[in-house]
Amino acid sequence: MTTEISPGRGGPAVALAESDADVRTLTDLDILESESIHIIREVVAEFDRPAMLFSGGKDSVVMAHLAAKAFFPGRVPFPLVHIDTGHNFPEVLEFRDRAVERLGTQLVVGSVQEYIDRGELEERADGTRNPLQTVPLLDTIASNRFDVVFGGGRRDEDKARAKERVLSLRDDFGQWDPRSQRPELWNLYNGRHTPGQHVRAFPLSNWTELDVWRYIERENIEIPSLYYAHERDTFLRDGMIRAVGTVSVPGPDETVERRVVRYRTVGDMSCTGAVESSAADASQVVQEVAVSTLTERGATRADDRISEAAMEDRKKDGYF
Amino acid sequence: MTITDTLAASTGSTRTLFRFATAGSVDDGKSTLVGRLLFDSKAILADQLEAVARTSAERGFGASGEEIDLALLTDGLRAEREQGITIDVAYRYFATDARNFILADCPGHVEYTKNTVTGASTADAVVLLVDARNGVLEQTRRHLAVTRLLRVPHVIIAVNKIDLVDYSESVYEEISADIDRVARELEIDGALTVPVSALKGDNVVTASSRTPWYTGPTLLELLEELPDRDRSLQATEPFRMPVQTVIRPQGSLAPGLEEDDYRDFRGYAGQISAGSIRVGQSIAVAGTSRTTRVTGLWSGTERVDEARSPQSVVLEIEDQLDLARGSMLAAAESAPAGHREFGARIAWLNDKPLTPGAKVLIKHGAATVKALVEEVHARLDLTDLTDGPANALELNDIGSVAIRTATPLPVEDYEHHRQTGAFLVIDPLSGDTLGAGIAAPGVVEAEDPLEDWLGDEG
Repeated sequence: MTTEISPGRGGPAVALAESDADVRTLTDLDILESESIHIIREVVAEFDRPAMLFSGGKDSVVMAHLAAKAFFPGRVPFPLVHIDTGHNFPEVLEFRDRAVERLGTQLVVGSVQEYIDRGELEERADGTRNPLQTVPLLDTIASNRFDVVFGGGRRDEDKARAKERVLSLRDDFGQWDPRSQRPELWNLYNGRHTPGQHVRAFPLSNWTELDVWRYIERENIEIPSLYYAHERDTFLRDGMIRAVGTVSVPGPDETVERRVVRYRTVGDMSCTGAVESSAADASQVVQEVAVSTLTERGATRADDRISEAAMEDRKKDGYF
Repeated sequence: MTITDTLAASTGSTRTLFRFATAGSVDDGKSTLVGRLLFDSKAILADQLEAVARTSAERGFGASGEEIDLALLTDGLRAEREQGITIDVAYRYFATDARNFILADCPGHVEYTKNTVTGASTADAVVLLVDARNGVLEQTRRHLAVTRLLRVPHVIIAVNKIDLVDYSESVYEEISADIDRVARELEIDGALTVPVSALKGDNVVTASSRTPWYTGPTLLELLEELPDRDRSLQATEPFRMPVQTVIRPQGSLAPGLEEDDYRDFRGYAGQISAGSIRVGQSIAVAGTSRTTRVTGLWSGTERVDEARSPQSVVLEIEDQLDLARGSMLAAAESAPAGHREFGARIAWLNDKPLTPGAKVLIKHGAATVKALVEEVHARLDLTDLTDGPANALELNDIGSVAIRTATPLPVEDYEHHRQTGAFLVIDPLSGDTLGAGIAAPGVVEAEDPLEDWLGDEG
């Protein structure tokens, strides 16, 4: 049984053997990093008005870190966009503003609250605002004439995401059609689009939650403190640990308890749950995620639990 | 492999990345095999499993209605679950202590060429399923032919449903012999075979006691041990890097940097598509006679002395050359010439057939140029890789064409240069990707006779 490909079968014999020997092995993270940087550069080169979604969540922080590397020593050549549900953790908003300043770029905010105040969106019965982000997102894209928006989506998050391309074409209404996606071959990304169409680009497509954490650890990337163990007042609802706050008020039967927790995702406070954890830094989180028996969405996102096709339905409507 | 092993390795710095694609015919049990790999390598977490168990029970899967339909782990789209088929390429992720795996799960029945070509284009290995009851089918040959055309470094044939032939050694041996013969005909080096049962778990992750006659590695062991493409092929190819963008940060430096330090900075950003490069090395601009030397090399925010495929880097060079997005940098001693006319094989991926005279765009490296498909010579018979007459290519056909471009491209023979021999065919109106192109052997070797004296003006 031969498994070796004979060297030289591939092409002219070039004396690379000696120099190759002292180039260190590229690890999985090196290769994922290079792939993401390649995608980010390719998109910026092929589109007129790119922007990057930035929530302050760990995936968007890693994505912005990669963008900074992609254009170094130049600055990130596009604005960041945040669709603010009005239910954000205050720590995350503060972190977001500092991060934007450090990158030296602009921030564009689309506010769900303003849509609700104007009566253009209606609060849902369950109080969750994640699904309400779609309209402000599409309006922000249209009013700023962005032709491509980077998102931090990873294919390991969900079975519908697993079938989405790195460059995902959306129609005039921001909708995704899983049946008519462009094939993606080699590392050649096709960014052609017609007026009215826009594209979502997912440079972290091939990263897993564990990869993101290992990279945060390796690169020593600062992320919101919520991701690490801290003490806070909590109560249990639907089997999830919720923070006590203005938008997540415990009911009369729900006992408030002080717990040491951390968050695996940071989004809408009203539907994001915490996990009990003592992981106080990135390396401890890596250990924790490696042995976790639940996906990050399963553990902490009430809105993704509703149906098996929850994410697919939202994506078809123009969600991230 | 235990969770503790995974944990120990997850923080290690020597884990590598391995990409593989799965392909098979209808009902070969591919989704089940993928589900089994994920399940047995503990990549399926409790909440995902719970959802699948619930759905399996609702549908009364298995004799007792209590078994888990592993295929449900991979069929992600609503339509796929409803119809019980896989429609689109799905990407899956799992890890062992040695490796991070990216799995492209390519559906077998609808548009199998499109899906297999897509999955194989980035794969270090293709796992091809064969149903032990059916043996080598015409579609098996086609899949093997596609992996050969795309030069996938490794091919593993999983002889599945070995439980349904009573774990018969002779059935497996017969199929192995057939595979060897087809592989020889197609000039595929070292196709590997493993007898498995995805449903029962034999030899997928753990060695089975029900196949005592098989002493080779399990499927997962093979995937863990095979060298990846960057090490097996691309690292030995000469240096190539398409310039994606030119970084001139004057006036827009990253915060915290001193203007004085980067006053004259001009860097060429790209992903090294083959070979390696070091500071001081001579390089050439492909398609021209211009050469220069590398004076600086950056990986992200760090200066490095050397880098190799597939790293994304920024290069500084000695001379002021007129380089822009779309230029290709190459090792000086083997820089490819530019070609306005070349022969290629195209896998056609669009419903509308390709006919001679088609006006298209070609994306090669970071360059996108206008092109004309002058002729459609032949359609490849995938069962034996011979050319048959054709004057058009239909969806899922692979055929030979002659292409003329508006500006020269440094296209190379795909047989020897997997990255610089590949290109996309794009519809100039809709922007859709119409086809996957590979420059054909022998037809791009000759220098463009006009290139020498037309030089840079082109």
